[in-house]
Amino acid sequence: MTTQQAPAIQVHGLEKSYKELHVLRGVDFEVARGSIFALLGSNGAGKTTAVKILSTLLKADAGTARVNGFDVATQAANVRESISLTGQFAAVDEILSGRENLVLVARLRHLKNPGKIADDLLERFSLTDAGGRKAATYSGGMRRRLDIAMSLIGDPPIIFLDEPTTGLDPQARIEVWQAVRELADQGTTVLLTTQYLDEAEQLADRIAILHEGRIIVNGTLAELKQLLPPAKVEYVEKQPTLEDVFLTLVGTKA
Amino acid sequence: MSKHFFGDTTVLLGRSLRHITRSPDTIITTAIMPIAMMLMFVYVFGGAIRTGSDSSYVNYMLPGILLITVASGIAYTAYRLFMDMKGGIFERFQSMPTARSSVLWAHVLTSLVANLISLVVVTLVALLMGFRSGAGVSAWLAVAGILILFTLALTWIAVIPGLSAKTMEGASAFSYPLIFLPFLSSAFVPTATMPGPVRFFAENQPVTSIVNAIRALFTGTPVGTDIWIALAWCVGILVVAYAFAMRTYRRKIS
Repeated sequence: MTTQQAPAIQVHGLEKSYKELHVLRGVDFEVARGSIFALLGSNGAGKTTAVKILSTLLKADAGTARVNGFDVATQAANVRESISLTGQFAAVDEILSGRENLVLVARLRHLKNPGKIADDLLERFSLTDAGGRKAATYSGGMRRRLDIAMSLIGDPPIIFLDEPTTGLDPQARIEVWQAVRELADQGTTVLLTTQYLDEAEQLADRIAILHEGRIIVNGTLAELKQLLPPAKVEYVEKQPTLEDVFLTLVGTKA
Repeated sequence: MSKHFFGDTTVLLGRSLRHITRSPDTIITTAIMPIAMMLMFVYVFGGAIRTGSDSSYVNYMLPGILLITVASGIAYTAYRLFMDMKGGIFERFQSMPTARSSVLWAHVLTSLVANLISLVVVTLVALLMGFRSGAGVSAWLAVAGILILFTLALTWIAVIPGLSAKTMEGASAFSYPLIFLPFLSSAFVPTATMPGPVRFFAENQPVTSIVNAIRALFTGTPVGTDIWIALAWCVGILVVAYAFAMRTYRRKIS
């Protein structure tokens, strides 16, 4: 059923309405295995709805979606074995410590040695020192890292990241980007939604723009750039951006 | 039912119980209001209340106080469930290969454990205040059984706002009428002194039969038909609340 050549995610004619509101009006796209695919769109474009359907949290009104070769409507349990969802808000248990959060997820994924899995992930995400502290005391970036670490437990081949950097400071954003790149390097398929153009530009192999419930363009960054007239050469004084200034002052390696 | 149902429920039960041990205030605040009421009724109003029995007033009103304890305790179940929904961790669990209904059952069992602890605390305070019962082991077990059924019935009611509330206040406001219900029953004064319509309501609402059954078990008098009416109410509420809660739940995950 699952062949290496088949795309990790296949979406065809996906539709979803909430009462009168047609959020998705026929969405089609495919995501190749091991690639990073960015679903770009403004607030309310339907990105989260699409991710929820793909992660079996919502049922589509029409259309089909296959994740890792499994139909999201009829083989939901197989889909859930293949994916991990990192939702819009870092879904960590605030009352538990970082390590307990990881152990909890490892247990719920029925893995052996949950303690060792937790310790390895804490180290990989530079959270070892904070591992014993309640997640409520974490900074936004640490919470997000813990959140992503929880998603990696069990090595699911496909990961959904719904607006992974919304609300994060620039440093935390770079940390998350680094984590996403490492995932893709190890062969995990990543579908991320974002409203930040530079995030899609930085990370994605392919970018699809979701607008008013439809994918209006889908291609690599180079392909999307070709949609506009060729670049003109202009001489513009290169001023540092405020982000450059900020990151230089606070001393981040990026 | 998934093959992992019991294992996953145990893991998630452990999680919520850890929440309780880390914020024991949920147990204390649950127990403190009924204890305050008990002090007030026994030491302020009690002297003026004629219950028609020779034994102390604390003996008379403890059953009603126990029901109020449960009614105020289940508000925390709605609160905890609401926080899981709001924080996104509910969605994280639902998108994982776990037995999906385990998330609900873990909260229900947590409610049972937390309420039983509160009930024991309230009963111990009542003993200090002079509560005495000649009930044997089987009568105590019968009281425990009724209270467990009552807690389960009210907990499944609490699941409904926990899943569907938009605000935290909304999630717990439903418990106020439940806390108030014992006042319109035989819990604190005999129904015989109430005016017609109030008396009719008091004598035919669930709390009166449950209070009368528990009181009879404590004093060792025949329970008569009250215990069967009490059990019928508890089981009836349980079944209806469970059906509505599961409907709300299915609507949430589809």
